[in-house]
Amino acid sequence: MNKMHATIEGNEAVAYVAHRTNEVIAIYPITPSSGMGEWADEWSAKGQRNIWNTIPLVVEMQSEGGAAAACHGALQTGALTTTFTASQGLLLMIPNMYKIAGELTGTVFHVAARTLATHALSIFGDHSDVMAVRATGWGLVSSGSVQEAHDFALISQVAALRSRIPFVHFFEGFRITHEVAKIELIDEEVMRAMIPYELVEQQRARAMTPDRPVLRGTAQNPDHFFQMRETINPFYDRCCDLFQDAMDQFAGLTGRQYQLFQYHGPQDAERIVVMMGSGAQAAHETVDYLNAHGEKVGLLKVRVYRPFDGKRFIESLPASTRAIAVLDRTKEPGAGGEPLYLDVVHALYEGLASGHGSLDSFPVVVGGRYGLSSKDFTAAMAKGVYDNLALDRPKNHFTIGINDDLTHTSLAYDKEFSVESEQVVRALFYGLGADGTVGANKNSIKIIGKDTDSYAQGYFVYDSRKAGAVTVSHLRFGPDPIRSSYLINKANFIACHQWSFLERYDLLRDIVSGGTFLINSVYGPDEVWDHLPAKVQQAIIRKKLKLFVIDAYEVAKQMGMGSRINTVMQTCFFAISGVLPKEEAIAAIKREIEKTYGKKGEQIVQMNFRAVDESLSHLHEVTIPEAGVSGPPFPPIVPDHAPEFVKKVIAPIISGDGEDLSTSMLPCDGTFPTGTAQWEKRNIALEIPVWDPQVCIQCGKCSMVCPHATIRMKVVEPGLLEDAPETFKFMECKTKDWKGMKFCLQVAPEDCTGCGLCVEMCPAKNKAHAGLKAINMAEQMPIREQERRNWEFFLKLPDLDRRQIKVTSVRTQQVQRPLFEFSGSCAGCGETPYYKLLSQLFGDRAVIANATGCSSIYCGNLPTTPFTKDHNGRGPTWSNSLFEDNAEFGMGFRLSIDKQKEFAMELVARLAPQLGDELVGGLLTATQKTEADIYEQRMRVAALKEKLDGIETPEARQLLDLADMLVKKSVWVVGGDGWAYDIGFGGLDHVLASGRNVNMLVLDTEVYSNTGGQMSKATPLGAVAKFAAGGKPAPKKDLGLIAMTYNTVYVARVAMGAKDEQTLKAFIEAEAYDGPSLIIAYCHCIAHGITMRTGMKNQEAAVDSGQWILYRFNPDLVKEGKNPLQIDSRAAKIPVEEYLKMENRFRMLTKSRPEEARRLFAKAQLLAERNWRIYNHLASFDPEGTKTTEG
Amino acid sequence: MDLTTTYLGMTLSNPLVPSASPLTKEIDHIRQMEDAGAAAVVLHSLFVEQLQQEELELHYHLTEGTESFAEALSYFPEPPEFKLGPEEYLEHIQKAKAAVQMPVIASLNGPMADNWPNYASEMEEAGADALELNIYAIPTDLDLSGREVEQSYLDIVTEVKQAIAIPVTVKLNPFFSNLANIAKQLDDAGADGLVLFNRFYQPDIDLQALEVVPSVLLSTPQAMRLPLRWIAILAGKVKADLAATSGIWSVEDVLKMLMVGAKVTHLCSALLKNGISHLASVKKELFEWLERHEYESVNQMQGSMSQARCPDPSAYERAQYMRALSSYAHRR
Repeated sequence: MNKMHATIEGNEAVAYVAHRTNEVIAIYPITPSSGMGEWADEWSAKGQRNIWNTIPLVVEMQSEGGAAAACHGALQTGALTTTFTASQGLLLMIPNMYKIAGELTGTVFHVAARTLATHALSIFGDHSDVMAVRATGWGLVSSGSVQEAHDFALISQVAALRSRIPFVHFFEGFRITHEVAKIELIDEEVMRAMIPYELVEQQRARAMTPDRPVLRGTAQNPDHFFQMRETINPFYDRCCDLFQDAMDQFAGLTGRQYQLFQYHGPQDAERIVVMMGSGAQAAHETVDYLNAHGEKVGLLKVRVYRPFDGKRFIESLPASTRAIAVLDRTKEPGAGGEPLYLDVVHALYEGLASGHGSLDSFPVVVGGRYGLSSKDFTAAMAKGVYDNLALDRPKNHFTIGINDDLTHTSLAYDKEFSVESEQVVRALFYGLGADGTVGANKNSIKIIGKDTDSYAQGYFVYDSRKAGAVTVSHLRFGPDPIRSSYLINKANFIACHQWSFLERYDLLRDIVSGGTFLINSVYGPDEVWDHLPAKVQQAIIRKKLKLFVIDAYEVAKQMGMGSRINTVMQTCFFAISGVLPKEEAIAAIKREIEKTYGKKGEQIVQMNFRAVDESLSHLHEVTIPEAGVSGPPFPPIVPDHAPEFVKKVIAPIISGDGEDLSTSMLPCDGTFPTGTAQWEKRNIALEIPVWDPQVCIQCGKCSMVCPHATIRMKVVEPGLLEDAPETFKFMECKTKDWKGMKFCLQVAPEDCTGCGLCVEMCPAKNKAHAGLKAINMAEQMPIREQERRNWEFFLKLPDLDRRQIKVTSVRTQQVQRPLFEFSGSCAGCGETPYYKLLSQLFGDRAVIANATGCSSIYCGNLPTTPFTKDHNGRGPTWSNSLFEDNAEFGMGFRLSIDKQKEFAMELVARLAPQLGDELVGGLLTATQKTEADIYEQRMRVAALKEKLDGIETPEARQLLDLADMLVKKSVWVVGGDGWAYDIGFGGLDHVLASGRNVNMLVLDTEVYSNTGGQMSKATPLGAVAKFAAGGKPAPKKDLGLIAMTYNTVYVARVAMGAKDEQTLKAFIEAEAYDGPSLIIAYCHCIAHGITMRTGMKNQEAAVDSGQWILYRFNPDLVKEGKNPLQIDSRAAKIPVEEYLKMENRFRMLTKSRPEEARRLFAKAQLLAERNWRIYNHLASFDPEGTKTTEG
Repeated sequence: MDLTTTYLGMTLSNPLVPSASPLTKEIDHIRQMEDAGAAAVVLHSLFVEQLQQEELELHYHLTEGTESFAEALSYFPEPPEFKLGPEEYLEHIQKAKAAVQMPVIASLNGPMADNWPNYASEMEEAGADALELNIYAIPTDLDLSGREVEQSYLDIVTEVKQAIAIPVTVKLNPFFSNLANIAKQLDDAGADGLVLFNRFYQPDIDLQALEVVPSVLLSTPQAMRLPLRWIAILAGKVKADLAATSGIWSVEDVLKMLMVGAKVTHLCSALLKNGISHLASVKKELFEWLERHEYESVNQMQGSMSQARCPDPSAYERAQYMRALSSYAHRR
């Protein structure tokens, strides 16, 4: 059989097998496993058949719980079925997993092993999720590389079918799922040989069918449940043998031999590490290195962790074993040790007692934790573990890879130790997400994987910020299989694709002496040196680096490629690195370009071809001047006046030195201060808005739509501006109530992302130059310093007393200070303007529950977070529980606050004699409907606290503790449509029905934005999304209409870009309504395939076409004899198709399935018209049977 | 009464040919046109510039935001292929050909420097009976000379003629220094027909929003005067067949155009406004008029009032314009 190689990522390698060996695939997107489902869906959509020549059915469910249940059902009725998941998703599958195992149903769930959320969410890899399913009865199989993940996808499937034991096949998220590696593909003939159809028939024979009816899922009693539970034992007893048989058969067919426990090292090794997963790859190469240097160490890789074959385990250890370190990539607080450690101890105990294996005595056994949340496990750390074992009394229950200065668990190790081979090219690329660096590097790996005999590995580190995201690509190429399952820390090539990184990151920290450094620089070879920061110059001289420059932006611009410098930099890499002969490399790059862009049109291909040809003539080597170091110093990461916590903890994370933070420096319970985003100046905008007061009409629209709160309004007394910087701008305030005061509009130059939404929204045009508005974009660099001073001055100006601000009009309301600023959302984000509005209106008393998704990331992903405090120190308090439980989590806030408030009121009543009737009466009867009311209540609470200070009773102490609860708290539950329409709908529905005063804000992007655009039930008809590649055939669920059926829920549908005043009204009314509220907010999104700068126009078009009807449904209106529903938008002005064609999500259907596009677009038009009639009918009839006032 | 005419080497049953318009996007409409008496049809244009723009936009939006954020490395599924080229249009030609008996003339609309021969070949392969080139460019470059503009027209026609065997007609705009000369040059380059004139959509200003807005105005009967004059001038002087377009609403307009030398008359705005059935009325009225005025055939009348054959050739020339204007001033 010919060997086929492919250079692919782990997710694809697994899905490749799973898709070919299953019939039904039920999935739900979750990072980092989403890719597997997407590959499967894409292949089925293309008609790719499985090994039995039928196209697997791929179905997206509403949650992982749903996916597991669908798998359970499909398995029960006889189809070979699988799913892909990770982390929280796996937890949601647990109930069904117990059932599937209990019913002895062979299947494999492929799990991208990912950290479980504890003190924080983490999307990265470790084994905490799979360890949480140990008790389900499922087998657990661990893969440690892309090749192994590919192989074990098949072997575990075979073993599951043969043994009837279901298996979780797991491999670390990102490290394996997203690593691109050259692997040997399994031929379909091998798959057929391993899964003969008889195995399928056996599964079918056990299936439920009315033709052979059986009953499962019974309820049983104490008399027989227990003994029946023991009937499965024989299956588990033979499972490991069957698994090993499958491994052996696989070896016979492919030459790749695996063992349940695979020992690597000499037979006289004394110190053994036991571990599983990708870390074992690093340990493997360390073992080779150490043994070559005279040590006697070994490694036992655990492939099949459950069922745990203790006998085989002990038999796998060499007789010389003296000490064992068991490494767990998980933490089980409170346990006697981590799971694998305990299993090893038990296996040794039982094995020695039974006389298995060749050990003559119980060796020293220690356990340790490593690599949580994708913390690298390096060869240096592996050596540290072996060094520990060499001690007379090795440390037990240790950690490796961190500095635990709190409980002193960590092992010391030599970070400089490296086993990297000189034969391996190790290249690091620092790029911007937007410049296409990662894509180009993936291409490079494929080129090398395909066109040379070299092995290739690519791993990519992404930003947690979506605007101005930084990417770091780690590429290795070498003659032997690459086992270095960690980031490159000894690079021999580094490329900096963005000049500003030189001033922010210590890029040359990891470069070896004599290495090569390539910079994308506007400065040519003769002038670049003088512009480099001193630290960079020093490193270049000290390490004797070769320095190259290219003005890639210029080349890309000339080619019409904008800021996408990917092809240019890729060509330079090949030209300098010499991985391939130049001509060969160029030919290969062009072949890949053709392959990558071919279907997107000849223009794109030619553009890239020209870029390749032009790059080389623009690439220059720099002669390092004799004069030496002369450049500027690094600017401080955060200013000196930043809070201590920010300087000590946040700043290192910002600068990429978070690895150096020790345990004692970090909060113990996941609690972080707010107000930290202000300290991180990212300077990512090339252009920022500049205000022209001559043209401004003070409408507030720019401020309202700004996603990052970087354009703000203030109204101040003229006297306060006397010391204003020279270039600080202000004008007479046009609002009558604020006559005589000055109006200022200021941009935060270093926080602005340059999205341009404000300019697009500005309605005021310069009468002498209609191309200009009251805000215009201008280059940031020339005005950065000036505007920084202006911004600092602006911040010091006092905020207007909230009681003086009329909140019912945008032009005045926008003076309210945003308590949500500088988030990491996409530039031009359609969600954050709503969040910011919420923070302005209610932030000083808001408690927010946020569903996992885009919003939980831009609200809560470190290093800095956007919620902040006003001058009184008040501001939103925010938390994320999970994806699925957000409504209930928020309802918990409400219940807690209501209870505490009730208790406080009881205490106030009880203490009335001491507090005085007037204060007590005021406190207990305050309506707190307006800012003035709230202010008054706060005054009363302050007076109460003062009085309580003088009362020394337990009740007074309790009341002092609870007094602030007497001020109205605004409970908000915020999340995306994936939460509200799909996974969290049950909880949301329950909260709607509860009658409690919980405000729910659905940031509706109509797709799972955070995980990359998968269809949700909010996705509109005809939209192309992942899992709806052919255009979504079903209409969007009408969540608002469902909520209205309760008649007790305030419901609003808003679109800020279409009618900002209506949005404002809806927020105010929803919060004021003493019951559940639901605001469904249209959010334009990068996942729509739109120009983000004009996103608000898309919102407007959605409304103008009738696709998104604006309304408010206020049950309070019924008391006034009115119809509760008020339609706030007008009848359609434009055809739906005109709106649809503004967005790639719809438009691309016209390019992939034109006929279907025509059909669905026509249907969308009819649907919009139908909805318009329904809503108008609801708004005009008389639901109460009394006189109706039309809305 | 013999209504037949010849155009681009084809014999047509009458001189009424609906021109490129959104109406021809629907096959049903094309059928209705034939039923109403159309002798041939010019399909709506394939806009090359739009195709290219769509290609760039698709690439941009499929790439934007990708490979930046760990959880969302892409935002769209990638179908196995995109129909980015003229596939849909070519399919439309095939469907139109299958639906009607009358000749189907494809229309290709693009800016100066584009890959015209390829598109032309594809249209020929799809079954078009002839091709109308709508070279659509507003030269705004101050350094681009009129001669260069003319040369690019000629190059396109030459290249397309070399690439395909079906007849090629060129839809011209009137903005040349010497229209007669460019007509002759195109004639020499092998154009089988000249369509006079293309109307550029002229932008408008939204006074409220202070924006320049695209605005489509239907042609008015007055618009026919310009092509009328130039067809009259060119008739008999170029080999290419002349087709009249712009402002042809009534039978009178058709008659005038035929008299000055048009081989066919294109109706567009009249059909958009009055419906396709308007064509049947015009045809009927044409027949009746010719009978009433005792013409034997359309052919007899074609060119009878051209500059070469009319009683006063100078009437078509510049001096006449001055007189007309002053007479208008006196009337006020």
